[in-house]
Amino acid sequence: MGKTHLKMTVNGKDVELMAEPRQLLIHVLREELNLTGAHVGCESSHCGACTVDMNGMSVKSCTVFAAQAQHAEITTIEGLGSPDGLHALQEMFKEHHGLQCGYCTPGMITRAHRLLQENSNPSEEEVRFGISGNLCRCTGYQNIVKAILAAAAKMNEMKESA
Amino acid sequence: MNESIPPKEERMAALSGLGTSRKRVEDARFTQGKGNYVDDMKMPGMLFGDFVRSPYAHARIKSINTEAALSLPGVHAVLTAADLEPLGLHWMPTLAGDKQMVLADGKVLFQGQEVAYVVADDRYVADDGIQAVMVEYEELPVLVDPFKAELNDAPVLREDIADQSEGAHGPRRHPNHIFTWESGDRAATESVLSEAEVMAEEMVYYHRTHPCPLETCGCVASMDKVNGKLTVWGTFQAPHAVRTVASLISGIAEHNIRIVSPDIGGGFGNKVGVYPGYICAIVASIVTGVPVKWVEDRMDNLMATAFARDYWMQGKISATKEGKITGLWCHTTADHGAFDACADPTKFPAGFMNICTGSYDIPTAYLAVDGIYTNKAPGGVAYRCSFRVTEAAYFIERMIEVLAIKLGMDAADLRAKNFIRKDQFPYQSALGWEYDSGDYHTSWNKALAAVDYQGLRAEQAERLAAFGRGETRKLIGIGLSHFTEIVGAGPVKNCDILGLGMFDSCEIRIHPTGSAIARLGTISQGQGHATTFAQILASEIGIPAEDITLEEGDTDTAPYGLGTYGSRSTPVAGAATAMAGRKIRAKAQMIAAYLLEVHDNDVEWDVDRFSVKGAPERFKTMKEIAFASYNQAIPGVEPGLEAVSYYDPPNMTYPFGAYVCVMEIDVDTGTTEIRQFYALDDCGTRINPMIIEGQVHGGLTEALAIALGQEIAYDDQGNVTTGTLMDFFMPTAWETPNYQTDFTETPSPHHPIGAKGVGESPNVGGVPAFSNAVHDAFKSFGLTQSHMPHDHWRIWKIANSLGLHD
Amino acid sequence: MIASAFEYHKPDTVDGVISLLSKWGDDARVVAGGHSLIPVMKQRMTDISHLIDLGGISELKGVSIDGDTITIGAMTTQHELATDEALAEAAPLIREASLQIADPQVRYMGTIGGNVANGDPANDMPGLMQTLDATYHLTGPAGKREVKARDFYEAAYFTAREDEEILTAISFAKPSGGFAYEKQKRKIGDYATAAAGVMITIVGGTCTAASVALTNLSDTPVYCGAAVDALVGSSLDDTTIKVAVAAAVDASDPVADTRGPVDFKKYVAGVIVKKAITSALARA
Repeated sequence: MGKTHLKMTVNGKDVELMAEPRQLLIHVLREELNLTGAHVGCESSHCGACTVDMNGMSVKSCTVFAAQAQHAEITTIEGLGSPDGLHALQEMFKEHHGLQCGYCTPGMITRAHRLLQENSNPSEEEVRFGISGNLCRCTGYQNIVKAILAAAAKMNEMKESA
Repeated sequence: MNESIPPKEERMAALSGLGTSRKRVEDARFTQGKGNYVDDMKMPGMLFGDFVRSPYAHARIKSINTEAALSLPGVHAVLTAADLEPLGLHWMPTLAGDKQMVLADGKVLFQGQEVAYVVADDRYVADDGIQAVMVEYEELPVLVDPFKAELNDAPVLREDIADQSEGAHGPRRHPNHIFTWESGDRAATESVLSEAEVMAEEMVYYHRTHPCPLETCGCVASMDKVNGKLTVWGTFQAPHAVRTVASLISGIAEHNIRIVSPDIGGGFGNKVGVYPGYICAIVASIVTGVPVKWVEDRMDNLMATAFARDYWMQGKISATKEGKITGLWCHTTADHGAFDACADPTKFPAGFMNICTGSYDIPTAYLAVDGIYTNKAPGGVAYRCSFRVTEAAYFIERMIEVLAIKLGMDAADLRAKNFIRKDQFPYQSALGWEYDSGDYHTSWNKALAAVDYQGLRAEQAERLAAFGRGETRKLIGIGLSHFTEIVGAGPVKNCDILGLGMFDSCEIRIHPTGSAIARLGTISQGQGHATTFAQILASEIGIPAEDITLEEGDTDTAPYGLGTYGSRSTPVAGAATAMAGRKIRAKAQMIAAYLLEVHDNDVEWDVDRFSVKGAPERFKTMKEIAFASYNQAIPGVEPGLEAVSYYDPPNMTYPFGAYVCVMEIDVDTGTTEIRQFYALDDCGTRINPMIIEGQVHGGLTEALAIALGQEIAYDDQGNVTTGTLMDFFMPTAWETPNYQTDFTETPSPHHPIGAKGVGESPNVGGVPAFSNAVHDAFKSFGLTQSHMPHDHWRIWKIANSLGLHD
Repeated sequence: MIASAFEYHKPDTVDGVISLLSKWGDDARVVAGGHSLIPVMKQRMTDISHLIDLGGISELKGVSIDGDTITIGAMTTQHELATDEALAEAAPLIREASLQIADPQVRYMGTIGGNVANGDPANDMPGLMQTLDATYHLTGPAGKREVKARDFYEAAYFTAREDEEILTAISFAKPSGGFAYEKQKRKIGDYATAAAGVMITIVGGTCTAASVALTNLSDTPVYCGAAVDALVGSSLDDTTIKVAVAAAVDASDPVADTRGPVDFKKYVAGVIVKKAITSALARA
């Protein structure tokens, strides 16, 4: 059973590669495209460390076969901001100590990014519910929630001043 | 000759030293997905190895057929015990003086045990290979219950040592018995108990759970045959110890082994030990000549790498009628699984369980621990814990509650009545520890006032009355905990692991332009060492923290140290950092005096510079001194500005804290809601309050998980029933409350900067607070003790057995 | 956790799916969101050599509200169900239940068709569909047919769907009256310890119609006819509710697992059904 020719748009760039249909999206991103930001944590779609954005949805890329991502538009943590211009979420996670070991962070921020796209002014409860597909072992979430709320405020401020 | 000097406060602030909530330098890479964890590594020609694991908890292996697997394209090798035996690597020593099979040698002793190792092009082919390996098993009777281990008809698990009556920790009385460890005065304690006015007795069980860091364990081993050098990158909480152990068991000279811990995605004790996966990756790299990666999956991690706890603690506590505690007795049955792989200092086979007198002045005490083999995974690691202090704290904080019930006293009052008083420090405990410092009454009173303890009790009483009238089905539980930790292992005189003294180290190099690099023997797994240790140094040597690079985890460059676990980094490596900094400063003083043309004793330290006593306008900043050290020939002073310190702590440190948990419990569904959680921590001098608070939030969430549902459970055939993150409870943001943090500051008198460590405190103190809240809610209905985890059905069971259901 | 190799097919019509299923028989499986199937494949608990992705068939997607009938395409995701305003207006029970399924990421991928068709008794949608008295639309080599949700489930993972059929849509009459979907679970992402869907219509103080169904309390979802019989025609007084709850508990047949033993689950089933009835009543 051979490989399939896959085309995707990843972080705004068109990519093409050959992959076995059974290859998981997370492995394609990490091993074929060297985008190692998203991580594997549980392999059973519980922890969310592998979260990436696919066609405007937060998905757990450990539970998506590469073949299902044919022609998909994918954004990973590497596509959110750059060293010269951090995304508000990246900035606020640092500012509010929303991470410790950093392993869940890319998935958490990528998820929070989609959450804020859908709800630009969430309550604390909505943030907690919105990131409930992402586990963190270090922070107890309190500062993550704070960081996301602060990022939302900052993004709204930037929108208003623009 | 110098322009005006900025005020002291301004210069101190510029350092971002001790006590500042400095933002973390690690975060830039982690928030941008640029961390470097072991599974991120890719090397030319790298292969992937993975295990065939046992589906049975106890079985004889009749045959292993690897032919079909080897015939798969892309499978390079399949290793079995028979392949490792000629190298003497089919078994390996454990940290606890036992040995453990690397690959199943004739039989398997727990579900998930490593049976064969398939090396293939990638993880996909490796998994295909695993499916193709045919293993024929003959099932054997399974021993799950440690209390049945020594019955006549109990199966003998460890046939390899069945006839040895002496183990690493003294006599063994049965083939399934590992050791008996005693502490304290048995006769005196039994006599106190027999004459006691009041005595309470209870079995306190701290169930089996697992550290379960979000990143599982793994490594990449690369044997460079040209240069004869083995490099292993991996999830190692103690890279230097791994290097020494790897050298001892492989026979490769230690200078030819380089161990590197890259970024680690949480450890919590899971990554202290040496696992078969590391050994097999090393052997596979030697055999194939290319790098070999091994990364376990989550089910492997929960089933096979180190568990934590599993202590059955039978306790007796005695007191006067007025509530003054007179004696404490504890017998623990410790379920160690199939191999004794506890990660404790060698002389402490039950770790620091003998800190179980807690925060209390208990004049007479006795502890015995029996280690037992069962058909479960080996481990017994310190899950965010200093070697069984978590079990000890849970035990005493439960026994206090049980005693309070017996006495009819308020449990907060009983604690206050028995706290070690401030003027008793340094305090010699009945079980042999010297507590360095503490002020328990202050922390306790502050905590009770902060939560309005009396108000809470009044509200609880009102709720109880409403419950009695049938107006509500929810009860309120108020969970108290005042814990004393023992961390910072430890003094070399009594703390070693496999003969390696548990000192730690720091090496500092000041660059000519006045910035610096410091290297430590520890390794961060999220604690933020690169941020906080730079702060310690900033305050010691007057160089801004942002100009100091911190490096850890590479045994080729870092000084030898025993790693990061048991809250030892700050007490031991933090001390080494301060001491190395002081050596830098001492040399800097000589250079400054030379440059200022005065005697060494005529200059004094002033935040970031030395100035002439009585003439503060005459000074040399550290930046100037650093440059001078590289370009001036100073008589009697070597060029350069470097220092190294190996710090052997004179004592452990004893952080403590006062926690209060207020919980709502639905008696019909068994569901719980944390309404309030107040955590006061005293970790001595506070290096970075932001990071301390973050550690407390995280540790409390682990405690919540453990107390309310997280367990490694086995059925009666030794099958793990909690092997995924659906069944192994890890709360999400939705189930986790906001915590209220607070502090007092009682410095350690023997630590160079007075710091004690905080990483584990919230786990250690949190579990009893959550558990006591559950117990407290049902106290008035007659509950004295019920085992964790307090998940929905077990809470429901409490209510049911107390007759609270229709 | 790696799936064994398979061939991947992504037809763009239902007929295309049926012909692939007819061709490959037992070796083929359809995948919708994949969040039940893929974990099972990764544990190699099922052997599939042909995976047929339904994601390319536009006729399987979307919600339509036509007069009194609501039709939901099988490939409509839980996320779409939870965020569809017209659907929330017409059948608010769907949003209430959808948001209790799994977690945000899983809801983006998980579909109503996959949830109802794979026959996992732990899934929430089957019980919900029985509550709504929904009709499942199946297409196979012999053409189209309809099966009531209440007749669809035979045992765990065994349903009235033939191997070569697929479920294309679900339809049900626009619900009226009060409703509730109550679920107890250990955490977000968990299946139900016990869950219940309830609908109640009251006219002039008398219950004229009702529906009660259970999730994860037997090897299939359980429609509780006896509980409904107790409720309909009554004034929904406390005694009646007690009788209905007892009937629902009687209809349950849970198994012990890590969520707890049978006696606990039955007790909680009673509590959850009562909560759902009370809540539906308050909204009726």
